[in-house]
Amino acid sequence: MKPKGWKELPPGSVVTKPGSAEEFKTGSWRSFRPVWVPENCIQCLFCWMYCPDMAIKVKDGKREQFDYDYCKGCGICARECPGKKGQKAIIMVEEGK
Amino acid sequence: MAKVVAVTGNEAVANALRQANPDVCAAYPITPQTDIMQRFSGFVADGLVNTELILVESEHSAMSACVGASAGGGRVITATSSQGLALMWEILFIAAGDRLPIVMPLVNRALSAPLNIHGDHSDGMGARDCGWIQLWSENAQEAYDNTLQAFRIAEHMDVRLPVMICLDGFIISHSIERLEYLDDAEATDFVGKYTPLYPLLDVDHPVSYGPLILPDLYMEYKRAQHEVMTKAGKVVLDVAADFAKVTGRNYGLFESYRLDDAEIALVILNSAAGTAKDTVDEFRGKGIRAGLLKPRLFRPFPYREVAEALKSAKAVCVLDRADSFGGFGPMYMEIASAMMLNGAKPLLINKIYGLGGRDFLPEHAELVLSELAEIAKSGAVRTFKEYIGVRE
Repeated sequence: MKPKGWKELPPGSVVTKPGSAEEFKTGSWRSFRPVWVPENCIQCLFCWMYCPDMAIKVKDGKREQFDYDYCKGCGICARECPGKKGQKAIIMVEEGK
Repeated sequence: MAKVVAVTGNEAVANALRQANPDVCAAYPITPQTDIMQRFSGFVADGLVNTELILVESEHSAMSACVGASAGGGRVITATSSQGLALMWEILFIAAGDRLPIVMPLVNRALSAPLNIHGDHSDGMGARDCGWIQLWSENAQEAYDNTLQAFRIAEHMDVRLPVMICLDGFIISHSIERLEYLDDAEATDFVGKYTPLYPLLDVDHPVSYGPLILPDLYMEYKRAQHEVMTKAGKVVLDVAADFAKVTGRNYGLFESYRLDDAEIALVILNSAAGTAKDTVDEFRGKGIRAGLLKPRLFRPFPYREVAEALKSAKAVCVLDRADSFGGFGPMYMEIASAMMLNGAKPLLINKIYGLGGRDFLPEHAELVLSELAEIAKSGAVRTFKEYIGVRE
């Protein structure tokens, strides 16, 4: 998307399009990325419950992949994840590695 | 038919606010403005306006309530002075940046410390860069007329900016003068109906105000804000022309008094300009080509027009009723900038006068004009910035 010039802006920075926050991909703020390890996942959905955004997709009662467009990498999901037999189902990996 | 009365500046301004019949008024008292909000509260209590009156706990809250109500879609007013304006500082920028056409009389008063309740221009000049349009008023009539015009300017679809109407504390706010009111019907008709732009209360068209704008777009918004300010001058003149049709009273971006062929000139704001005009007349009577320029629109500042108006002057004194400690007075800086646009520049001196409500007397104007006549003759300036009417 081409960035807007000053002549194209709405007066007073009013946002006239409802729900447009969806277009702002805040995932770029992330420095650590959560990685899902399905074999250690017991589908407790703690990660879905604790996520301060809505970055964990759930379908038919089961979690799927992270929504990396919006996940800011806070790591709360990884901390809360009980995992299976002491093995975490979410681990944090430094971006760019 | 116009009604001629004897009223104080505050009473006149309160009646202009009544005639505009705002939707919301946030009121908080501060000397010497209190009288405006007190009278307006009376109009609300008496059912003379359809205004929701919000009694807030501070000026910061007053301006915050104005921002909310204006974003909601209402015609919104408040009034303040001095420390009150200072406390609003943070929200003044938000009102302007969000392009909310709030109208606010500012009864000019000195800033603490030391504590002082009397008239000077430190408060309004301090708010120079907050993005509000500023109209300055010599007397009660101008304060009343400017207040009515302020609604039209603020609410104009090419502008949509807040407007401050400045009048001198006590000297104008509390002195009784002859004044011509417009009939209520005439005034209401002149001000017109308020059309909201992107009102928050229009739930069928939801909008958000006050988003976070990061370095990728912030500067574009600020550039756009400057652009709309530069367009406001034309609207100010258009509204003044309409006002003249109704009242016969003419307003420009500033008043030129005997300036056409003036060799020496004073630049002076508000009530002291009235005093200085008498002295200009005396000098003209002595065959000295003296003139006066009284700014009305201070933001946006009409640099080109001011430069043009002062082009014949050899020596000019800008009198400031506010100071920038360690710098020149605020009006001097504007006039100096304007003079840069002219090829031939006059010798330009600065006098600080009347701080904290100290009287500006005809003899002060006389001293300055005599000094200017001397400068025009000799081409030599003794001192560029000086305080007048101060004890050694």
